[in-house]
Amino acid sequence: MNTLEDGAPVIATAAATPPSGPSRRVSALTRRRFLTWSGVAAAGALATGGVALSWERLTRAAYETPLNPSSGVLVIVTLYGGNDGLNAVIPIADPRYASARAHLAYAPGEVLPLTDGLALNPGLTGLKSLYDNGSLAIVNGVGYPTPDRSHFVSMGIWQTGSPSESVPTGWLGRWLDLAPDPVKAVSLDPVLPPLLAGATTAGASLSRSALALPAGAAGTAVRGLARSSSDDGVWQAACARSIGELVTASDTLHDVVVEAQPSGDKGSSGLAEQLDLVASLVELGVPTRVYSVSLGGFDTHADERGRQQSLLTELDRALSGFAGRLGRTDRGSQVVTMVYSEFGRRVVANASQGTDHGTAGPMFLMGRGVVGGLHGQQPSLTDLDGGDLRSHVDFRDVYAATLDRVLGADPGAVLSGWSTSLDGLLS
Amino acid sequence: MTLTEQQAVRRAVDRVGLGLPAAGRSAAQRRGWPAVRDLLAPTGPDRGGDRVPAPRFRPVGPGKPADEQAKRERRQLLRANATALQTWWLRRMVATDQPFVERMTWLWHGHFATSITKVRSAQVMLQQNDTLRRLGRSSFTELAQTMIVDPALLIWLDGQKNTKASANENLAREFMELFALGHGHYTELDVQRGARCLTGWVLRRSDDHDQTDADAATAVLRPTRHDDTVKTFLGSTGNFGAHDYVDIVLAQPASAPFVASRVWARLISHTAPDPTTLKVLTDAYGPERRIDQLVGAALDSSAFRDEASSLVKEPVLWLVGLLRALGVPATAITDKVADRLLTGLHGLGEVPFVPPNVGGWPSAAGWLSTASAASRMGLARAVVSLAPDAVQAVAGASDPIAAAAAALGVDGWSERTASSLGTLRRHPAQLVALAACSPECVVSR
Repeated sequence: MNTLEDGAPVIATAAATPPSGPSRRVSALTRRRFLTWSGVAAAGALATGGVALSWERLTRAAYETPLNPSSGVLVIVTLYGGNDGLNAVIPIADPRYASARAHLAYAPGEVLPLTDGLALNPGLTGLKSLYDNGSLAIVNGVGYPTPDRSHFVSMGIWQTGSPSESVPTGWLGRWLDLAPDPVKAVSLDPVLPPLLAGATTAGASLSRSALALPAGAAGTAVRGLARSSSDDGVWQAACARSIGELVTASDTLHDVVVEAQPSGDKGSSGLAEQLDLVASLVELGVPTRVYSVSLGGFDTHADERGRQQSLLTELDRALSGFAGRLGRTDRGSQVVTMVYSEFGRRVVANASQGTDHGTAGPMFLMGRGVVGGLHGQQPSLTDLDGGDLRSHVDFRDVYAATLDRVLGADPGAVLSGWSTSLDGLLS
Repeated sequence: MTLTEQQAVRRAVDRVGLGLPAAGRSAAQRRGWPAVRDLLAPTGPDRGGDRVPAPRFRPVGPGKPADEQAKRERRQLLRANATALQTWWLRRMVATDQPFVERMTWLWHGHFATSITKVRSAQVMLQQNDTLRRLGRSSFTELAQTMIVDPALLIWLDGQKNTKASANENLAREFMELFALGHGHYTELDVQRGARCLTGWVLRRSDDHDQTDADAATAVLRPTRHDDTVKTFLGSTGNFGAHDYVDIVLAQPASAPFVASRVWARLISHTAPDPTTLKVLTDAYGPERRIDQLVGAALDSSAFRDEASSLVKEPVLWLVGLLRALGVPATAITDKVADRLLTGLHGLGEVPFVPPNVGGWPSAAGWLSTASAASRMGLARAVVSLAPDAVQAVAGASDPIAAAAAALGVDGWSERTASSLGTLRRHPAQLVALAACSPECVVSR
């Protein structure tokens, strides 16, 4: 039994199993499998095992070395699977959109209009409100040179910040290497994503033991204690309820197989719960500067419209709830949230009412200093690159802006000498 | 439903006795109420508590250094001293032979909630802790008169910044609102004038840094900073100082019921006392303002034996009670163990000497969040790992589930808890740890 130590390694050296050929099933792509296959997990500081920090450790850090009120906090939201950018930020005024997308296309009356002929997916009502009041930045057409359409390669590129050569470290891991301290970067996924792996330091994951129920008989017993009893007084009943809430939180946060399933029976993603926990940690003054959370299931090769819209709705509720909560506290206003996916999808729909792997896509940012509105450039639907969108903004320009403005770091030191930044995105 | 005599004794051990090992508790239950009276009136030195060595602090010295490296070192020193102080009190609460003394010290710590995060000096916090221990059961008059010029409280509530040239109302307001009178029983004008009564107190720090009490402080009145004029405060007029301020506040009719209700809320029930009970309490408190008489009357009241008079255990009291019930000796709380326990308390949201604000810690539902449920389970496992004998006793019992109730000082399990624990019959350590997190054990009923 784990008694006095709460720092069990989270990641052992990952055994790399290649994906099973080009026709992988939609449901096969889970975060864990991505992490295993990416190869990044086996390298860098992760090879020796990242640390798992418990809730208690983090709250204690908030007391001992509280978050500096002038420091920015970066929350990275990874959408695994390749979010279809064209159906998220929709070029609704472009007639070629409807013709290319056939059954997948939204009609002008269904979408949430922005400006410049663009509109948001109907699932993104909360983001639309944030956009309208100037707090949401949409960066259109983000990608990198010579796009790769493999989930694993492309996500590896986004997470390492290195399109041209394969490196064993994540971009925020290299930021950690500048002044090592695992508390500075925390993953709410139980498995540490490669983006937080540095050469000498890895970020921490919020310990599974923090909220996970014990396995076996003890887990069964905990669930049993959550039941109400006719013998309970009012406070004992409240105590039993709190155990019940723990069971729920544990189930949603720590079951790695919470990916959306193609059947549509996807259950809770846990993104809102992850962000809730992030908000709690920020409000407590935990000195973490980078949080990583994620939502999976965007690999919509088939029957995309309903599935993507429900995922985007989930994303929207989680993000707008998060923004609302953060807006109520001083510490909350130190946060910048950034949303990305490994690629967008092809312009033309496939025969299964879905789309296959593509290239450029939009990013979303909100929070302190974010200049709301449209940034970048919406890719043309006619000037295509082998049927795919051309990117106009290198994602490293967005990273550079967050490194500089949110984390106060030199982008060149993290992004291998990268010297440009997306102007006007962060004030 | 009214508690039986045995249940009432068990409840008293929970509420004013910091818990007892199974043997001590059953002995008290056999003796009945006289055992509770003895608990409330300890005599002589606290042999167990005094065996815990006093914390030794490293001198920090006054003033903030200029360069970053020295600042960092100073912060580390302050943190190490704070940890030594917290560790010492946890050990003392576990080791004490006079649990009522420590229980009341804890009660007043939550009442005059002062945080080391602002006071900084562990030595000054320890001075306050000694005051609370020394005066926590005698007369509230003496306690309040001492606290109004307590160095830690003066730092915490900006008392030393309160001068006739520039008044600071913090201490005057909080003393009335939170410590002695209650909101609504004074006006804003009384706050301003009360602050003038309290002007002029400053801290004189010990400057002998070779001594263990380096960084200690004493409060002294600087006449040049004191507002030496006639004030009208809460209906009285005179050239009042700090001690007059306290006398006037405590003489208000609302003060006694306020103090009695606060003690009641911490020891007896989350539900306020009914008017009849409150009258009994304030009568016992009386013109001498005897705290021990007040607590005695509360325990003797019929409401104390009402089954509904329940309290969600504060995390520190839950932890200390668990350590004591399982017979973990203070010597088992090594620095490393103490570090684990303190980390667990951070997760639960209650760490000695670090109340969140002057209002003190939350109560009741405040201790029943999802995160605290998780932290509590981790902490319970850590504690149980220190108690192999208690686990062995449960494992060897013919009915381990009932044995766990006896070990933890619970009258009995609900069917819900008994059947849940039943799945852990063959894992006695897990059984005891989880039982400690059951509603029956987290809530004192």
